[in-house]
Amino acid sequence: MHIMEGFLPASHALGWTLVSAPFVVAGAVSLRRIVRDRPEARLTLAAAGAFTFILSALKLPSVTGSCSHPTGTGLGAIAFGPSVMAVIGTIVLLFQGLLLAHGGLTTLGANVFSMGIAGPWVGWAVWKAATAARLPATVAVFLGAALADLATYVVTSFELALAFPDPASGFVGAFVKFAGIFAVTQLPLAIAEGFLVVVVMAALVGRGAGGVVRPIEGVR
Amino acid sequence: MDLVLSRRASGILLTLTAAIVVAPLILPIAGEFLGTDDAGSKAIEASHPGYERWTAPFWEPPSKEIESALFALQAAIGAGILGYALGRRHGSRRRDDADR
Repeated sequence: MHIMEGFLPASHALGWTLVSAPFVVAGAVSLRRIVRDRPEARLTLAAAGAFTFILSALKLPSVTGSCSHPTGTGLGAIAFGPSVMAVIGTIVLLFQGLLLAHGGLTTLGANVFSMGIAGPWVGWAVWKAATAARLPATVAVFLGAALADLATYVVTSFELALAFPDPASGFVGAFVKFAGIFAVTQLPLAIAEGFLVVVVMAALVGRGAGGVVRPIEGVR
Repeated sequence: MDLVLSRRASGILLTLTAAIVVAPLILPIAGEFLGTDDAGSKAIEASHPGYERWTAPFWEPPSKEIESALFALQAAIGAGILGYALGRRHGSRRRDDADR
Protein backbone atom coordinates (compact mmCIF):
# COMPACT_ATOMS: atom_id res chain seq x y z
CA MET A 1 0.00 0.00 0.00
CA HIS A 2 3.02 2.29 0.04
CA ILE A 3 2.88 4.84 -2.70
CA MET A 4 6.53 5.34 -3.52
CA GLU A 5 8.32 8.67 -3.12
CA GLY A 6 7.58 10.98 -6.05
CA PHE A 7 4.77 8.84 -7.43
CA LEU A 8 2.01 11.31 -6.61
CA PRO A 9 1.73 14.66 -8.43
CA ALA A 10 2.54 17.59 -6.14
CA SER A 11 -1.08 18.74 -5.89
CA HIS A 12 -2.23 15.27 -4.78
CA ALA A 13 0.67 14.94 -2.35
CA LEU A 14 -0.26 18.26 -0.76
CA GLY A 15 -3.98 17.45 -0.80
CA TRP A 16 -3.62 14.14 1.03
CA THR A 17 -1.23 15.73 3.51
CA LEU A 18 -3.86 18.36 4.33
CA VAL A 19 -6.55 15.69 4.63
CA SER A 20 -4.46 13.52 6.96
CA ALA A 21 -2.94 16.21 9.19
CA PRO A 22 -6.06 16.91 11.32
CA PHE A 23 -6.54 13.18 11.94
CA VAL A 24 -2.94 12.86 13.15
CA VAL A 25 -3.32 15.88 15.45
CA ALA A 26 -6.62 14.51 16.82
CA GLY A 27 -4.92 11.14 17.28
CA ALA A 28 -2.06 12.73 19.24
CA VAL A 29 -4.56 14.48 21.53
CA SER A 30 -6.46 11.22 22.03
CA LEU A 31 -3.20 9.37 22.71
CA ARG A 32 -2.17 11.91 25.36
CA ARG A 33 -5.54 11.63 27.03
CA ILE A 34 -5.35 7.84 27.20
CA VAL A 35 -1.82 7.92 28.64
CA ARG A 36 -2.80 10.58 31.20
CA ASP A 37 -6.17 9.17 32.29
CA ARG A 38 -5.40 5.47 32.12
CA PRO A 39 -1.70 4.87 32.67
CA GLU A 40 -2.50 1.15 32.99
CA ALA A 41 -3.43 1.18 29.29
CA ARG A 42 0.11 2.10 28.25
CA LEU A 43 1.21 -1.51 28.01
CA THR A 44 -1.67 -2.43 25.70
CA LEU A 45 -1.06 0.70 23.68
CA ALA A 46 2.59 -0.26 23.23
CA ALA A 47 1.51 -3.77 22.22
CA ALA A 48 -0.88 -2.37 19.59
CA GLY A 49 1.85 -0.16 18.14
CA ALA A 50 4.35 -3.00 18.21
CA PHE A 51 1.91 -5.27 16.39
CA THR A 52 1.67 -2.76 13.53
CA PHE A 53 5.46 -2.50 13.47
CA ILE A 54 5.81 -6.27 13.07
CA LEU A 55 3.07 -6.87 10.54
CA SER A 56 3.92 -3.99 8.23
CA ALA A 57 7.52 -5.25 8.02
CA LEU A 58 6.44 -8.68 6.79
CA LYS A 59 5.99 -8.95 3.06
CA LEU A 60 4.12 -12.17 2.54
CA PRO A 61 3.38 -14.18 -0.59
CA SER A 62 -0.14 -14.25 -1.92
CA VAL A 63 -2.04 -16.44 -4.38
CA THR A 64 -1.67 -13.79 -7.10
CA GLY A 65 2.06 -14.53 -7.28
CA SER A 66 3.14 -11.27 -5.72
CA CYS A 67 3.99 -10.20 -2.21
CA SER A 68 2.30 -7.72 0.06
CA HIS A 69 2.31 -6.84 3.73
CA PRO A 70 -0.51 -6.81 6.26
CA THR A 71 -1.08 -3.60 8.22
CA GLY A 72 -1.82 -4.68 11.80
CA THR A 73 -3.87 -1.55 12.43
CA GLY A 74 -7.17 -3.28 13.22
CA LEU A 75 -5.98 -4.51 16.62
CA GLY A 76 -5.26 -1.03 18.00
CA ALA A 77 -8.34 0.47 16.33
CA ILE A 78 -10.58 -2.07 18.07
CA ALA A 79 -8.82 -1.68 21.43
CA PHE A 80 -8.46 2.11 21.53
CA GLY A 81 -10.66 3.51 18.79
CA PRO A 82 -9.38 4.45 15.36
CA SER A 83 -7.95 7.91 16.04
CA VAL A 84 -4.78 6.82 17.88
CA MET A 85 -3.84 4.64 14.91
CA ALA A 86 -3.23 7.75 12.79
CA VAL A 87 -0.26 8.53 15.07
CA ILE A 88 1.01 4.95 15.18
CA GLY A 89 0.61 4.63 11.40
CA THR A 90 2.57 7.85 10.88
CA ILE A 91 5.44 6.58 13.04
CA VAL A 92 5.63 3.29 11.11
CA LEU A 93 5.41 5.01 7.74
CA LEU A 94 8.10 7.55 8.70
CA PHE A 95 10.41 4.72 9.76
CA GLN A 96 9.89 2.97 6.43
CA GLY A 97 9.99 6.16 4.38
CA LEU A 98 13.21 7.47 5.90
CA LEU A 99 15.21 4.29 6.50
CA LEU A 100 13.90 1.90 3.87
CA ALA A 101 13.06 4.16 0.93
CA HIS A 102 9.67 2.46 1.19
CA GLY A 103 6.96 5.04 0.77
CA GLY A 104 8.26 8.57 1.22
CA LEU A 105 7.79 12.05 2.58
CA THR A 106 5.76 13.55 -0.27
CA THR A 107 3.49 10.49 -0.31
CA LEU A 108 3.33 10.28 3.51
CA GLY A 109 -0.04 12.05 3.66
CA ALA A 110 -1.67 9.63 1.21
CA ASN A 111 -0.07 6.60 2.86
CA VAL A 112 -1.09 7.76 6.35
CA PHE A 113 -4.62 8.25 5.05
CA SER A 114 -4.90 4.68 3.72
CA MET A 115 -3.04 2.83 6.49
CA GLY A 116 -3.43 5.04 9.56
CA ILE A 117 -6.89 6.52 8.99
CA ALA A 118 -9.15 4.73 6.47
CA GLY A 119 -8.17 1.18 7.48
CA PRO A 120 -8.56 1.74 11.24
CA TRP A 121 -11.88 3.61 10.87
CA VAL A 122 -13.32 0.89 8.62
CA GLY A 123 -12.06 -1.85 10.93
CA TRP A 124 -13.40 -0.12 14.03
CA ALA A 125 -16.81 0.56 12.39
CA VAL A 126 -17.12 -3.04 11.20
CA TRP A 127 -16.18 -4.33 14.68
CA LYS A 128 -18.74 -1.98 16.27
CA ALA A 129 -21.47 -3.03 13.83
CA ALA A 130 -20.69 -6.73 14.26
CA THR A 131 -20.76 -6.31 18.05
CA ALA A 132 -24.07 -4.44 17.86
CA ALA A 133 -25.43 -7.29 15.71
CA ARG A 134 -24.51 -9.60 18.62
CA LEU A 135 -22.00 -11.60 16.65
CA PRO A 136 -19.52 -13.47 18.86
CA ALA A 137 -16.48 -11.38 19.88
CA THR A 138 -14.16 -13.67 17.92
CA VAL A 139 -16.11 -13.06 14.70
CA ALA A 140 -16.39 -9.30 15.33
CA VAL A 141 -12.64 -8.96 15.95
CA PHE A 142 -11.84 -11.11 12.91
CA LEU A 143 -14.06 -9.02 10.62
CA GLY A 144 -12.74 -5.73 12.00
CA ALA A 145 -9.08 -6.69 11.65
CA ALA A 146 -9.41 -8.29 8.20
CA LEU A 147 -11.40 -5.38 6.76
CA ALA A 148 -9.05 -2.75 8.25
CA ASP A 149 -6.28 -4.48 6.31
CA LEU A 150 -8.25 -4.82 3.07
CA ALA A 151 -9.71 -1.29 3.20
CA THR A 152 -6.19 0.16 3.37
CA TYR A 153 -5.36 -1.39 -0.01
CA VAL A 154 -8.69 -0.40 -1.57
CA VAL A 155 -8.02 3.20 -0.52
CA THR A 156 -4.48 3.06 -1.95
CA SER A 157 -6.02 1.94 -5.26
CA PHE A 158 -8.48 4.84 -5.02
CA GLU A 159 -5.66 7.34 -4.37
CA LEU A 160 -3.64 6.09 -7.33
CA ALA A 161 -6.64 5.97 -9.67
CA LEU A 162 -7.46 9.55 -8.71
CA ALA A 163 -3.93 10.68 -9.54
CA PHE A 164 -3.47 8.48 -12.61
CA PRO A 165 -6.80 7.89 -14.37
CA ASP A 166 -6.45 5.55 -17.30
CA PRO A 167 -6.07 7.40 -20.64
CA ALA A 168 -8.79 5.18 -22.17
CA SER A 169 -11.06 3.97 -19.37
CA GLY A 170 -10.68 6.89 -16.96
CA PHE A 171 -10.87 6.78 -13.17
CA VAL A 172 -12.97 3.61 -12.98
CA GLY A 173 -10.68 1.68 -15.31
CA ALA A 174 -7.62 2.81 -13.35
CA PHE A 175 -9.26 1.90 -10.03
CA VAL A 176 -10.04 -1.61 -11.29
CA LYS A 177 -6.45 -1.95 -12.50
CA PHE A 178 -4.86 -0.79 -9.22
CA ALA A 179 -7.34 -2.78 -7.13
CA GLY A 180 -6.34 -5.81 -9.22
CA ILE A 181 -2.73 -5.25 -8.17
CA PHE A 182 -3.31 -4.32 -4.53
CA ALA A 183 -6.68 -5.47 -3.21
CA VAL A 184 -6.83 -8.93 -4.82
CA THR A 185 -3.34 -9.80 -3.58
CA GLN A 186 -4.37 -8.55 -0.15
CA LEU A 187 -7.51 -10.68 0.19
CA PRO A 188 -5.92 -13.87 1.58
CA LEU A 189 -3.44 -11.84 3.64
CA ALA A 190 -6.29 -9.86 5.21
CA ILE A 191 -8.00 -13.11 6.20
CA ALA A 192 -4.73 -14.39 7.71
CA GLU A 193 -4.33 -11.13 9.63
CA GLY A 194 -7.91 -11.47 10.90
CA PHE A 195 -7.17 -14.92 12.37
CA LEU A 196 -3.91 -13.72 13.94
CA VAL A 197 -5.51 -10.66 15.54
CA VAL A 198 -8.18 -12.84 17.19
CA VAL A 199 -5.41 -14.85 18.88
CA VAL A 200 -3.35 -11.79 19.90
CA MET A 201 -6.42 -9.94 21.14
CA ALA A 202 -7.45 -12.94 23.23
CA ALA A 203 -3.93 -13.03 24.70
CA LEU A 204 -4.14 -9.32 25.54
CA VAL A 205 -7.64 -9.46 27.00
CA GLY A 206 -6.76 -12.51 28.99
CA ARG A 207 -8.49 -14.18 31.84
CA GLY A 208 -8.11 -12.88 35.36
CA ALA A 209 -8.27 -14.65 38.67
CA GLY A 210 -10.69 -17.55 38.79
CA GLY A 211 -11.37 -17.45 35.07
CA VAL A 212 -13.10 -14.06 35.23
CA VAL A 213 -12.73 -12.22 31.96
CA ARG A 214 -10.99 -8.90 32.44
CA PRO A 215 -11.82 -6.09 30.08
CA ILE A 216 -8.88 -5.03 27.99
CA GLU A 217 -7.54 -1.79 29.42
CA GLY A 218 -8.44 1.02 27.12
CA VAL A 219 -11.43 -0.56 25.43
CA ARG A 220 -14.21 1.94 25.23
CA MET B 1 -15.10 -7.26 25.55
CA ASP B 2 -15.32 -10.96 26.30
CA LEU B 3 -12.78 -12.74 24.20
CA VAL B 4 -11.62 -16.08 25.46
CA LEU B 5 -10.01 -18.67 23.25
CA SER B 6 -9.28 -22.22 24.25
CA ARG B 7 -5.72 -23.35 23.67
CA ARG B 8 -7.09 -25.58 20.92
CA ALA B 9 -8.91 -22.72 19.17
CA SER B 10 -5.75 -20.58 19.30
CA GLY B 11 -3.79 -23.44 17.77
CA ILE B 12 -6.29 -23.88 14.96
CA LEU B 13 -6.34 -20.15 14.15
CA LEU B 14 -2.53 -19.92 14.14
CA THR B 15 -2.33 -23.00 11.90
CA LEU B 16 -4.84 -21.45 9.48
CA THR B 17 -2.82 -18.21 9.45
CA ALA B 18 0.36 -20.10 8.62
CA ALA B 19 -1.43 -22.21 5.98
CA ILE B 20 -2.71 -19.11 4.14
CA VAL B 21 0.78 -17.61 4.07
CA VAL B 22 2.56 -20.80 3.02
CA ALA B 23 -0.04 -21.99 0.47
CA PRO B 24 1.08 -19.68 -2.39
CA LEU B 25 4.59 -21.14 -2.16
CA ILE B 26 3.35 -24.73 -2.41
CA LEU B 27 0.55 -24.28 -4.95
CA PRO B 28 1.60 -24.14 -8.59
CA ILE B 29 1.34 -20.37 -8.94
CA ALA B 30 3.12 -18.56 -11.71
CA GLY B 31 4.64 -15.39 -10.36
CA GLU B 32 7.87 -13.87 -9.21
CA PHE B 33 6.51 -12.84 -5.81
CA LEU B 34 7.67 -9.28 -6.20
CA GLY B 35 6.16 -6.56 -4.04
CA THR B 36 2.83 -5.00 -5.01
CA ASP B 37 4.21 -1.56 -4.11
CA ASP B 38 6.70 -1.78 -6.96
CA ALA B 39 4.05 -3.29 -9.23
CA GLY B 40 1.92 -0.20 -8.54
CA SER B 41 4.78 2.12 -9.51
CA LYS B 42 5.40 0.07 -12.67
CA ALA B 43 1.72 0.25 -13.64
CA ILE B 44 1.90 4.05 -13.38
CA GLU B 45 4.99 4.17 -15.57
CA ALA B 46 3.25 1.90 -18.11
CA SER B 47 0.00 3.89 -18.34
CA HIS B 48 1.54 7.36 -17.93
CA PRO B 49 4.94 7.21 -19.65
CA GLY B 50 5.16 11.01 -19.57
CA TYR B 51 4.98 11.22 -15.78
CA GLU B 52 8.21 12.43 -14.26
CA ARG B 53 8.95 11.32 -10.74
CA TRP B 54 9.54 14.68 -9.14
CA THR B 55 11.20 13.66 -5.89
CA ALA B 56 13.39 10.79 -4.86
CA PRO B 57 14.17 9.37 -1.42
CA PHE B 58 17.18 11.20 -0.05
CA TRP B 59 18.53 7.96 1.37
CA GLU B 60 18.11 4.43 0.09
CA PRO B 61 19.51 1.24 1.59
CA PRO B 62 22.61 0.58 -0.52
CA SER B 63 21.74 -3.09 -1.07
CA LYS B 64 18.97 -5.68 -0.72
CA GLU B 65 20.86 -7.15 2.24
CA ILE B 66 20.86 -3.90 4.17
CA GLU B 67 17.21 -3.32 3.27
CA SER B 68 16.26 -6.74 4.62
CA ALA B 69 18.31 -6.05 7.77
CA LEU B 70 16.32 -2.88 8.37
CA PHE B 71 13.01 -4.67 7.79
CA ALA B 72 14.16 -7.35 10.23
CA LEU B 73 15.08 -4.61 12.71
CA GLN B 74 11.60 -3.13 12.37
CA ALA B 75 9.96 -6.50 13.03
CA ALA B 76 12.38 -7.22 15.88
CA ILE B 77 11.58 -3.94 17.66
CA GLY B 78 7.89 -4.75 17.35
CA ALA B 79 8.27 -8.35 18.46
CA GLY B 80 10.35 -7.31 21.46
CA ILE B 81 7.75 -4.86 22.71
CA LEU B 82 4.80 -7.16 21.97
CA GLY B 83 6.53 -10.06 23.73
CA TYR B 84 7.24 -7.86 26.75
CA ALA B 85 3.60 -6.71 26.92
CA LEU B 86 2.18 -10.22 26.59
CA GLY B 87 4.69 -11.53 29.10
CA ARG B 88 3.79 -8.86 31.65
CA ARG B 89 0.11 -9.73 31.28
CA HIS B 90 0.75 -13.41 31.56
CA GLY B 91 2.87 -12.83 34.64
CA SER B 92 0.30 -10.60 36.33
CA ARG B 93 -2.35 -13.23 35.67
CA ARG B 94 -0.18 -15.79 37.44
CA ARG B 95 0.22 -13.46 40.40
CA ASP B 96 -3.54 -12.92 40.56
CA ASP B 97 -4.05 -16.64 40.73
CA ALA B 98 -1.34 -17.06 43.37
CA ASP B 99 -2.90 -14.33 45.51
CA ARG B 100 -6.14 -16.16 45.86
